[in-house]
Amino acid sequence: MVKELDIAAVKDNLDAALQFVEEQLEDIGCSPKTQMQIELAVEEIFINIASYAYYPETGNATIRVEIPPEQQQISITFIDHGIPYNPLAKADPDVTLPFAQRKIGGLGIFLVKKNMDDMRYEYVHGSNVLTIIKKI
Amino acid sequence: MTIEQLKNEEKLTLAVEGRIDTKTAPELEKTLQDVLDGIKELVFDFAKVSYISSAGLRVLMMAQNQMNQQGTMTILHANDDLKEIFEVTGFTEILTIV
Repeated sequence: MVKELDIAAVKDNLDAALQFVEEQLEDIGCSPKTQMQIELAVEEIFINIASYAYYPETGNATIRVEIPPEQQQISITFIDHGIPYNPLAKADPDVTLPFAQRKIGGLGIFLVKKNMDDMRYEYVHGSNVLTIIKKI
Repeated sequence: MTIEQLKNEEKLTLAVEGRIDTKTAPELEKTLQDVLDGIKELVFDFAKVSYISSAGLRVLMMAQNQMNQQGTMTILHANDDLKEIFEVTGFTEILTIV
């Protein structure tokens, strides 16, 4: 099963993005925890695209959900045509630092990495293509 | 998301219900800006919080930063999913999560 949604990458479309992904999850009956982790990943990535990909202008994002017939994993690909940005190239925040040395923010992509089983990025034909994979 | 405020002199409890995400976190941030004046003990009751994303974590960091200057901050009743997020982000070490 492959389904795609192409929408304006703006914060106001976060609910539409989440709803689209949740609809695809409905049929496969994943646990509430897995669902929450996927939701979290979708929010963090979509909001990143909405905030930075086309700034100060706006553009679209495509969200492609793929669930293979054997249904053991879900793969969600985010495609935007904004500035090249590889979120995986950014160093993880040091979560062992004491409070005074911690930065406020910067935890979004780290949370995606921690909650997904795999994450891949490539820049192809002028597009950022970021794929997350979760075993279900 | 809804926020119920319970104030007892210098102690303020904020009972939050619902999701703390990109859309609702600014409302929590705004509430905190309005109510922290003179508060020495800030308590978040997260019993009815079902979800938190990095936008919510950011607001908690800001609240802790503020409370470090004027008192204490505690997070109560976070569910297991929330606790896991607090653990992977190291928040269990830098915030008081009971």
